[in-house]
Amino acid sequence: MFNAKVFKAWLTPLVAVFIAFAVGALLMFLQGAHPMDAYGSLFSHGFGSWEGFAKTLGKATPLMLSGLAVTIGLRSGLFNIGVQGQLVSGALAAGWAGYAIHGLPVYIHLPIALIFGIAFGALVGWIAGALKAYRGIHEVITTIMINSIVLALVDYLAGHNFQEPGQTLARTSAVLPSATIPKIFGLPSGFFFAVLLSWGVWWVFQRTTSGFRLDTVGRNKNAAWYAGISVKRSVLIAMGVGGAIAGLGGAIETLGVIGRFEPTFNTGLGFDGITIALLGRANPLGVIPGAILIGGIRGASSSMQFDAGVAPEIVDLILALILFCVTAPFLSKWLRSTQVGAKVTSGWSN
Amino acid sequence: MTKFLSFKSILTFILIAITGFLYSKDGVITTSVVATALIFGLPLALAAMVGIMCERTGIVNIGIEGTLLFSSFIGFFVASSTNNGVFGIFSAITAGVVTGLFLAFMSISWKMDQIIAGTIINILATGLTSFLYTQGRMAPTTTPIDIPFFSSIPFFGQVLFMHGPLVYFGLVVIFALYVALYHTSWGLRSRAVGEHPGSADTAGVSVFRLRYLNVALAGAVGGLAGAYLSLELVGSWDRGFTAGKGFTALALMIFGRWNPMGALAAAMFFGLTQAITNQLMFSDVAHIPEQFVNMLPYVLTIVVLAISAGKVRPPAAEGLQYEKEKA
Repeated sequence: MFNAKVFKAWLTPLVAVFIAFAVGALLMFLQGAHPMDAYGSLFSHGFGSWEGFAKTLGKATPLMLSGLAVTIGLRSGLFNIGVQGQLVSGALAAGWAGYAIHGLPVYIHLPIALIFGIAFGALVGWIAGALKAYRGIHEVITTIMINSIVLALVDYLAGHNFQEPGQTLARTSAVLPSATIPKIFGLPSGFFFAVLLSWGVWWVFQRTTSGFRLDTVGRNKNAAWYAGISVKRSVLIAMGVGGAIAGLGGAIETLGVIGRFEPTFNTGLGFDGITIALLGRANPLGVIPGAILIGGIRGASSSMQFDAGVAPEIVDLILALILFCVTAPFLSKWLRSTQVGAKVTSGWSN
Repeated sequence: MTKFLSFKSILTFILIAITGFLYSKDGVITTSVVATALIFGLPLALAAMVGIMCERTGIVNIGIEGTLLFSSFIGFFVASSTNNGVFGIFSAITAGVVTGLFLAFMSISWKMDQIIAGTIINILATGLTSFLYTQGRMAPTTTPIDIPFFSSIPFFGQVLFMHGPLVYFGLVVIFALYVALYHTSWGLRSRAVGEHPGSADTAGVSVFRLRYLNVALAGAVGGLAGAYLSLELVGSWDRGFTAGKGFTALALMIFGRWNPMGALAAAMFFGLTQAITNQLMFSDVAHIPEQFVNMLPYVLTIVVLAISAGKVRPPAAEGLQYEKEKA
């Protein structure tokens, strides 16, 4: 079973995670906390119990899907920073469909709510794609601007039109049981779907003409155009599909984990998605381990604060160190494995 | 003639006409709105300069947000510990240079993917500042300086000459950068390195050294923007304090087509919409929900771009690693 090539490919990320945690421990120690208590709490809450593991997988699901959305963009030569907005609009749309539509059985209501999430995520992604394809406006500008617009809009809607009656917080009513994603042995089933989807996207890029077209546009737009591939269409597809997947991530979180839409619950997911996609080297399968790791750390960071008095913000520090150690050449040189992420993105130019 | 009738000149003319009209209606409010536009727009303009300086030499910098966050934090922390604002400003600039050098090290020496390098800076700055942050600190802030004579000119006096010292300094930096980029040999070399490093190298320009220098200098400008935010504009520091300004600046840089004056204009336009919406909220003329007021600058930017922008062309060698040819 031991495969030297697979071992080498995984060695660098593993050592990187180890180094990042070691540096994190040093910082905690300097702050006067006990690193062992903190990490003990982190792992026992994130991976030690069935409930903790379920929470980790629940956190990992939207992260995996937003990482996947960023990955599709990167492979097609686009830097989709708008995953945050796409995810949140999907979360609200699914949440609305989940409480406002009555009297349907599960097998109709749940798909409808999911489709709402997918459709709105896709729409938000598609707008940025269309502005790029037809008006030539850079996707980094539009996705940043659209993020801010969507976040403001969603905040307004959750606090006014769609607000739970008698509630002062900006949040919608609870999703009806008929639109709630069931759990498998206490684990959120959306997670398994996200893994399947990651594999599906990998398959599309690896084995189909459509995936090959996107990949070619991502590698060299001019060559793709010369070969007769429509660059405009590829941009629209990459942004639309990416948005749909991010929207699905938001929908799954609303319908399967949180149980209602509340704007403060989804913040930062889209930006962690960028980290996850880069950690996975823009490989659709690479987002799976990254999402589980980051989901676990994020999910358990509040218990770590409670148990060991360490600020949960150390998590961001550890994430940055992991990303740094994985992509920096010193580690891969030292371990004699291939350097990851030497060239993943293509800047603005493509 | 076509240049005179371009979209930009028409827009400028309309803006001037509207400002004049509003000034005739209510001088006090119009003046304060335009002055506020400068105050809001300046940090974005400076942050956009960070991007321009890096990208014109071929280094993508999406770590501007991290530079702003880190330098504003260090500036505030030092000013608060030493109770000396000047120390704070200098430490903020130093902190900016540190992030710049770190970016240069990762993307030039280690040849890492530049977008990953920038992302690392962003996350690292978020984590480090939030981790080290303690509540309830106070720091001395700068006080506005009225420039004698100029500040008494109606309208322009209050708009341009009654600000804190960092506003003047920031504006000088922006204009100096514009002149340097287009009218000095440093600027010509920098642009050459960003467009075609091979030719620049052949002509005797050290690509590595110039890229290092420019990314570090850009970091200093970012540090100035950070100092302005925490020690002049806001006067405090909180977690996630920069609220995406570094990313907005990237958009403004592209909006201004990698030209300092273009980015300055874009930032001022952005600042103006923010100032107007602020004024609308404050004077309560129309009962618009706060969220809609806040999203107005973003909507306007997209609309203006959709009408005006064609394809923009980034520096050709941007994001690419340069390998010196072996003899």
